[in-house]
Amino acid sequence: MKLNSDVNKPQSLPAAAAVYRKRNGFLRDLKTNHSLYIMFLPVGILLLLFNYWPLAGLIIAFKNFDFSKGIFGSPWAQPILNNFDYLLSSDAASRAVRNTILLNGLFIAVGLVFEVGLALMLNEVRNKYFKRITQSITFLPFFISWIVVGVFTYNLLNYENGAINRIVEWMGFQPIDFYSEASLWPLILTIAIRWKVTGYGTIIYLAALTGIDNSYYEAASIDGASRWQQIRYISIPMLKPTIIILTLLAVGRIMNADFGMFYAMVGDASLLFPTTDVIDTLVYRSLRKSGDIGMASAAGFIQSVVAFVLVLGSNYAARKVDKDSAIF
Amino acid sequence: MPVKIKRISISQTIIVVIISLFSIACLIPFLMVITGSLATENDIINNGYSLFPKSVTLMSYKILLLGSNRIIDAYGISLLVTVAGTVLSVFLTSLGGYVMARRSFKYRNILSVYVIITMLFSGGLVPWYIVCVNYLHLKDTIFAMILPPLANAFNMFLIRNFLLSIPEDIYESAKMDGASEYRIYYRLIMPLSKPVLATVGLFVALGYWNDWFLGLMFVDKQELQPLQLLLRTLVSNVEFLRSSSNAADMQRISAQLPSESIKMALTVVTIGPIVFLYPFLQRYFVQGLMVGAVKG
Repeated sequence: MKLNSDVNKPQSLPAAAAVYRKRNGFLRDLKTNHSLYIMFLPVGILLLLFNYWPLAGLIIAFKNFDFSKGIFGSPWAQPILNNFDYLLSSDAASRAVRNTILLNGLFIAVGLVFEVGLALMLNEVRNKYFKRITQSITFLPFFISWIVVGVFTYNLLNYENGAINRIVEWMGFQPIDFYSEASLWPLILTIAIRWKVTGYGTIIYLAALTGIDNSYYEAASIDGASRWQQIRYISIPMLKPTIIILTLLAVGRIMNADFGMFYAMVGDASLLFPTTDVIDTLVYRSLRKSGDIGMASAAGFIQSVVAFVLVLGSNYAARKVDKDSAIF
Repeated sequence: MPVKIKRISISQTIIVVIISLFSIACLIPFLMVITGSLATENDIINNGYSLFPKSVTLMSYKILLLGSNRIIDAYGISLLVTVAGTVLSVFLTSLGGYVMARRSFKYRNILSVYVIITMLFSGGLVPWYIVCVNYLHLKDTIFAMILPPLANAFNMFLIRNFLLSIPEDIYESAKMDGASEYRIYYRLIMPLSKPVLATVGLFVALGYWNDWFLGLMFVDKQELQPLQLLLRTLVSNVEFLRSSSNAADMQRISAQLPSESIKMALTVVTIGPIVFLYPFLQRYFVQGLMVGAVKG
């Protein structure tokens, strides 16, 4: 018998195993390690309140939400997918989905070029002080809020005294009313986001570049490779895994627009909505301005589900590229 | 050979020029705002915003300081939220990170999964808003701006990963000496984790200082509005300053209130603390990001 062969190990006997299990059970552990449980308790409760509870609240997308009856007391929607029907029949929703994906796609693509480009250039700079100072300066915008960036933008773009319109006028053209010109805003937003986060995004690429063994470059230069060839055949290939992973993870978040940016830069300027309204701003407006909870919760539900699938998918793909770089 | 040296220096020059241009572009908006805050209203109206002021006046700062209680209030709110939020958040997330990093603790991985799940799934804005308003009654309270971001999963993992690099022997020997978990945490581990605590603390403080989303969602009461939100209100509408001016002579000044330069002055006041601390903070941020990048 199998048991007999293990007879020397008491814990494999059924009775001893039960004792062993009991001695090491959860309740037992609660007693011996009570201080650890107490230490975890505050964050445990906070996550429960602000993360798990709203998660359960996803069901309100299928409900006819009533503030006085709460999440679980509100009646189910009739029919159950009513909120979704309503959402899908609105033009605003399809516009928001399209804008979210297109704008985020644009931000990711342009961001990649800027960040890798700046990292490669900084890596070529010989002067230590120049490198350090410019890196500090380009990182600075990351520290300010989108509200302040909104003021900067206003400062540059407003019709009456904006700096850009002053230049446009000086060159003899008509001033441009940026805040009613929807077609220009994908460009403006792209510039703004690049201005704000390029320095920040560059850091990781620069770290990867600094980590490349110098002997590769030495060998290449002995073989007569120019700096440009070294960048092309050593630096860029070595950056490839980092590039792929960061891009994949960004794609995983493509459904979640940066609400702060859109709200601070565009706000309630409805003239700009054709190109700037995204899911996040649509949900915000439905919830806080028009009080349309049904639409807001249906849009939020779809966003959460798609975001979840995309995060898992991109993380799976990232892990295929490089095991250590995925989040989980 | 000389040709090659020349070619390298040309490409170096091009690179230096491009980086310099981008750096200048990063600085210009800051300079424009500072100039705008010092310029007279007439200058702005006649010449628009420019890099160099024609004449310098501290008028708009004077009005900010004396003119309206709301700005002082907002500054106080932002300061309070930032300090309280940062202290609490660093304390609580470090406790959580500590528990998740205790190798001898059997259920630490279960707790880690509990934390990770919050990074993956999100209920989205609507249920979150309803929970905060309807059940937790955070509407129009200062807690609305402090509590929701307190337990941050990412920061907890940053701390946990740092703590995992501390050898287990330290815990063992402290236990042998009869130290309790609290004592080990407070006396031993926290002093050793100053670098990661500083990083997390800075991230959190920056988040609180720059936050206006929580204020926007939950705070309608004027006296509770944080600085960033006030700035946003001011940019879209300068009238409120006129209506909320208190001093008698403010009423007189407010007839000719320099609205444009006041917007700029408030912006300067809002970013002031960050730019002032920046040279000191930046190093920690870069370090922290590297740690985050390496650990994923």
